[in-house]
Amino acid sequence: MNARLTRNNLVLLAIVAALLIAPLGMRSYSLNVVSTWAVMSVAAIGLNVTLGFAGQVSMAQGAFVGIGAYTVGILTAMEWPFLPCLAVAILLCLALGWIVGYPALRVRSHYLVFVTLAFTTLAYLVFRNEEWLTGGTNGIPDIPRPEMFGISFESDLAYCYFCLLNLAWVSAAVMWLVNSPWGLAFLALRENPVKAQALGVDTRRYTLVAFALGSALGGIAGTLYAPLVAYIDDNAFTLNLSLNLMLMVMVGGSGRLIGPYLGALVVVVLPELLRIAGDYYLMGYGALIVLLMIFCPSGLAGLPETLRARRGATP
Amino acid sequence: MAKKRMLLPLLTAALALSAPAWAQQTVKIVDLCELSGSGAVDGTNWHDGVNMAVNEINAAGGILGRKIDIIHYETQTDPGVARTQMQKAVDADPYVIMGPVMSFEVRVTMGLAQHAKIPEFSGGESSDLTAKENPYFFRTSLSQQFSLPMIAQYMHDDLHAKTIMIFWENDDTGRSTRDVLTKEAAALGMKVIADRPGDNNQVDFAADVVRAKTLHPDVLYVHLQEQATARFLQEIHRQGVTIPLVGDTTLMAQTVIQMAGPAADGVRGWVGLSPVLPDPLAQAFVAKFTKTYGRTPDHNAMKSYMAVYAIKYATEKVGKFDRDALINYMHGMTITPQEEPGVFIKTSWDDNGNLDRASYIVTVDSGKQKVIAVLPPHGTTKQ
Amino acid sequence: MDNLLQLIVSGLATGGIYALAAIGFALLWQTSQTVNFAQGEFVMIPAFFILAAMKYLSLPFWAAALLALVISLLVLGVAFKRAVVDPLLHSGFVPLVIATLGLSLFMKEGVKIFYSAEPQPFPAFDAAAKVSVFGAAVSMQSVVVLGVAVATVLALQLFVARTRTGRCMQATAQNPMVARLLGVQVDRMIQLTFLINAGLVTIASILVTPIYYASYNNGETLGMAAFIAAIVGGFNQIRGAIFGGFLLGIIDNLSAAYISAAYRSVLPLLLLVLVILFRPQGILGRVEERVL
Repeated sequence: MNARLTRNNLVLLAIVAALLIAPLGMRSYSLNVVSTWAVMSVAAIGLNVTLGFAGQVSMAQGAFVGIGAYTVGILTAMEWPFLPCLAVAILLCLALGWIVGYPALRVRSHYLVFVTLAFTTLAYLVFRNEEWLTGGTNGIPDIPRPEMFGISFESDLAYCYFCLLNLAWVSAAVMWLVNSPWGLAFLALRENPVKAQALGVDTRRYTLVAFALGSALGGIAGTLYAPLVAYIDDNAFTLNLSLNLMLMVMVGGSGRLIGPYLGALVVVVLPELLRIAGDYYLMGYGALIVLLMIFCPSGLAGLPETLRARRGATP
Repeated sequence: MAKKRMLLPLLTAALALSAPAWAQQTVKIVDLCELSGSGAVDGTNWHDGVNMAVNEINAAGGILGRKIDIIHYETQTDPGVARTQMQKAVDADPYVIMGPVMSFEVRVTMGLAQHAKIPEFSGGESSDLTAKENPYFFRTSLSQQFSLPMIAQYMHDDLHAKTIMIFWENDDTGRSTRDVLTKEAAALGMKVIADRPGDNNQVDFAADVVRAKTLHPDVLYVHLQEQATARFLQEIHRQGVTIPLVGDTTLMAQTVIQMAGPAADGVRGWVGLSPVLPDPLAQAFVAKFTKTYGRTPDHNAMKSYMAVYAIKYATEKVGKFDRDALINYMHGMTITPQEEPGVFIKTSWDDNGNLDRASYIVTVDSGKQKVIAVLPPHGTTKQ
Repeated sequence: MDNLLQLIVSGLATGGIYALAAIGFALLWQTSQTVNFAQGEFVMIPAFFILAAMKYLSLPFWAAALLALVISLLVLGVAFKRAVVDPLLHSGFVPLVIATLGLSLFMKEGVKIFYSAEPQPFPAFDAAAKVSVFGAAVSMQSVVVLGVAVATVLALQLFVARTRTGRCMQATAQNPMVARLLGVQVDRMIQLTFLINAGLVTIASILVTPIYYASYNNGETLGMAAFIAAIVGGFNQIRGAIFGGFLLGIIDNLSAAYISAAYRSVLPLLLLVLVILFRPQGILGRVEERVL
């Protein structure tokens, strides 16, 4: 057991080291892919809190990423520095997450899908129609990259490190959360809500908290996304993004700490790699998703167990 | 037996190793196109037009003796993906970049090509694309800045319209169409009494047609995407509305005419390019394309095909593969079909990268497009 | 007043389309707790089987339609259940949702690549015919769609209530464990529902595609409309799907005409949220009776 832990720690250390060094040798395209992976991981981590740890199905994560992105877009155009924008985005998403999560009390998991669906559609329509606020279909161009503590994160390389840095602190925060009493409450919520309630866990409050936290993380991802692509419009924040994020969580392994990183890796990087397949790549991607779910429903993070179970099952 | 088995792999390896020697004899062009998502139809046509031109040029020996090595990057009609693909394109250090087609993708990507000083030939028609100075950017079709005033003029002079109602697709091009057309109409003394956004996923246009019936404008201007346009036309027909319908390239698209059937008869519109132009060279192109790809080309295929040939022509005139020399030559250049048959309609570019060409007013008669007027180039470039 | 009538009649016509897509969706949920996120693509694809059969095998329409029905029954009915749903039924709700999402992408892209990215016209029974209902214009095709939707619901209701097999299906839906104890072949019943769904989507496809035009991305809107219609009407009642569909169509039209064209798609969703908040079983639904 100890040997495995140490081995896992070493692997983790190796990966972190690789992430620190690799960007130095990359050109803008690869830097962009790494940065996108980092940003999507943050959003996926958020959804993992909501879905994987607290067991609530949310189709609105994409909308929260959008809200974070537009917050940065709108405020930096008014000359706000980055950190206050981030603060506003977090507060806004927490508040909206709380409001959207409220119906979660009244309904069971299948129906929450549709409440969050409604919110996503509403958010998308606001992004698209309210030209005075969001630029409408023309979007917001020339979103600047932050300059903080004397360092400018303008270059692709610097911004890549910025994204990785943010991923790091978010990861640390979530790991702390999961191991805290809150985390245990979430777990109870997911595994057996009735029992949890009987034991005095205020399921209502914890559900809302999980939802709000997950949404806030989505907002943070959005604030990183906007300067990364420098131009945002309504097309980026549709239901498709929410579905992709859900895909990331499930493919990586819902409820596992390492799930979102693996899932984001697959969803961001795999289509790029599959481009060799030419026109067929999206079709292959869809097929792969189906196969992955059939053979490995607990995701890539659960692969070792799935394999062990299969080996065990054959006499 | 083992020896024979080794022969083929060895040969292949030898060929592969000798390939670099040939590689220097090619010129790289990267094309960004939309092959999935809402821009799929436009992007696929653009892509096929590029391919056809490249294949023909290569068969005839290439440009200045070098064959074109064309690489296509798919953007999924997603600006984020488009930006990533543009970065990949820039990293590949091509001679020129073609595409994307959709204006909202062009907006996100053009800065990257400009920064890398690579000429870009894009299909976007939104007027703001040439508003900021970018010497490396070239259009391949008329900007809305020039087409919409012509449409307004047509509605004023030929249809004697006083009031207009606009149905616009709820995207950036639709919105700018509405804005610019409203302005141009006002300049000619016409009033846009109402406008309504539509969505390509919309099936039911009863509400929109009911509003049109209630307000009764002189002309209905329609700029929706293909499926929405077809359904709109059918609803107009069903409710027996007889107000004249005017549009532009999307209203007159072949797919719309095919889907809407008799409901499309009588609509009028402006097009920059169309597969039914009576010009023999244009018809030769259409026949060739139809034979190669099994379907009629649309205006995007014509745009991209001519653009590739324009690049070939200008490069040969310059005499070498020099990007800055290319852009200098193309600013203010006019090409005629006599000089370069691949550019089958006379085309000019101005110093801002704006394109100038004749355009057409078309109508649909018994399920077929028919040209009813030819509009000369707007002439702000030297001829 | 004329215009209001036109809007309502057109809304009913469009609602019929939504209802046809929603019926099978509700049925799958009822009997096997399957949420099929690819239902929209299921309605989209038989039309392409027909177009392909007409183009590549030179079959006349009715033969192509029969062939498409057979293919649908085998692929969307049997293969879908055996290959995708069965392995995932015990893994929970979300993996199945993701798998059907992947499936919808696969189907969509497949049609786009192997047939065409451009929307195609589709033969209707009498394309130009229109009918006047109290002064409001509606296409003949829409009337047929409406008629078939209502007839289908009635037929299904009769089947479920009056025939032995139908009652076995009902038993499976309400309490599979007890049903099995009573000798009902649960798996067969579930397979039957998938086959019925496959048949329904084929009929829906033939009726709806002339209006929608055959396009690889039809599934997106149809799928969404099916979910909303089924839930608003009552997920666990088949006739809820028809009611939900009609309501959706009418509300969409009225809100587009009188409230806001730009926000028309959010109003049905808001209705959905209200229904879920105050009547989660749907307007016509029974409170969920299934005991797991």
